[in-house]
Amino acid sequence: MSAEVLPYTVKPHPVSGLYSGKMGIWLFLASEVMLFGALFSTYIFLRVGDPAWPSHEETHLSIPIGTINTLILITSSITMVMAWASCKMNNIAKAKMWLTVTAGLALAFLVLKFSLEYYPKIQHGNVPSKSTFYAIYFTMTGLHALHIIGGVAVIAYFIGPGAKLWKTDPEYYTNRIECTGLYWHFVDLVWIFLFPVFYLL
Amino acid sequence: MAESAAEVQKHIRTYLVVFVALGGLTALTVAVSFIHFGTAGNIAVALIIASVKASLVAAVFMHLISEKQFIYGVLSLSAFFFLLLMFVPVLVHDDSTRTKWHPPAPIVETHTVDHVS
Repeated sequence: MSAEVLPYTVKPHPVSGLYSGKMGIWLFLASEVMLFGALFSTYIFLRVGDPAWPSHEETHLSIPIGTINTLILITSSITMVMAWASCKMNNIAKAKMWLTVTAGLALAFLVLKFSLEYYPKIQHGNVPSKSTFYAIYFTMTGLHALHIIGGVAVIAYFIGPGAKLWKTDPEYYTNRIECTGLYWHFVDLVWIFLFPVFYLL
Repeated sequence: MAESAAEVQKHIRTYLVVFVALGGLTALTVAVSFIHFGTAGNIAVALIIASVKASLVAAVFMHLISEKQFIYGVLSLSAFFFLLLMFVPVLVHDDSTRTKWHPPAPIVETHTVDHVS
């Protein structure tokens, strides 16, 4: 496969001014806004229509765990951007280190979410079928968790086999890290809204 | 991306400032959630803080502060339809035409006694 197969991986396209990857990821993120938008809309619809919406005391969602997870994701956003900045500064070793930290933080988020939140909830019979609240809670945070898992897979790829690209085309690799970062920041951004909606309000 | 290593170095300071701000805003949103401004007030405060945080992430980490026209075009479309989606529940929610939901009646074991006569 020659480079001709994928044009504008590094140079910006003359019409959009963007390299193809960036255009692609932004179109994807635009569709993601609609996906999560539909769910947030559903949440509002269910909540305003339900006179028996559970209170904080009833949902048992831990504000400390939610806060720690928020801080973990925010930290992973800065480590992600540091990975891209390291690529820009021609330091692949540092970039890989930051990517590893990002993936580690993402895994920490998942471990907290599954072991301290989902698992005890399910054990207490608080499953999606129990109430409208748990249905939308598991749907939205579950979809978000799937996005985290997807992000970890992509980041792991760029630490491992995907990093070979750095040797042949460092600029292309840097751009791919930037696109990964855009996705990752979006996942963080979704959580920024999920946290107050489920834990604080 | 045409940024040089020196420019990127300069950006890093901004990233760190934003990171600290995001941490601070997270603490703030948790703190104010314990103060009661009324339901609407608490929702407004939480959503305003979340929007500020989201804007910081989008503008700085996602470089939206200095992006190409094309992306702004795509995102304004998304933003428009997103807002439309947020208004759907408000538009649909109408108490005057709403029928109250009644929980299903518990199943009562009935014994047919018709033929015992």
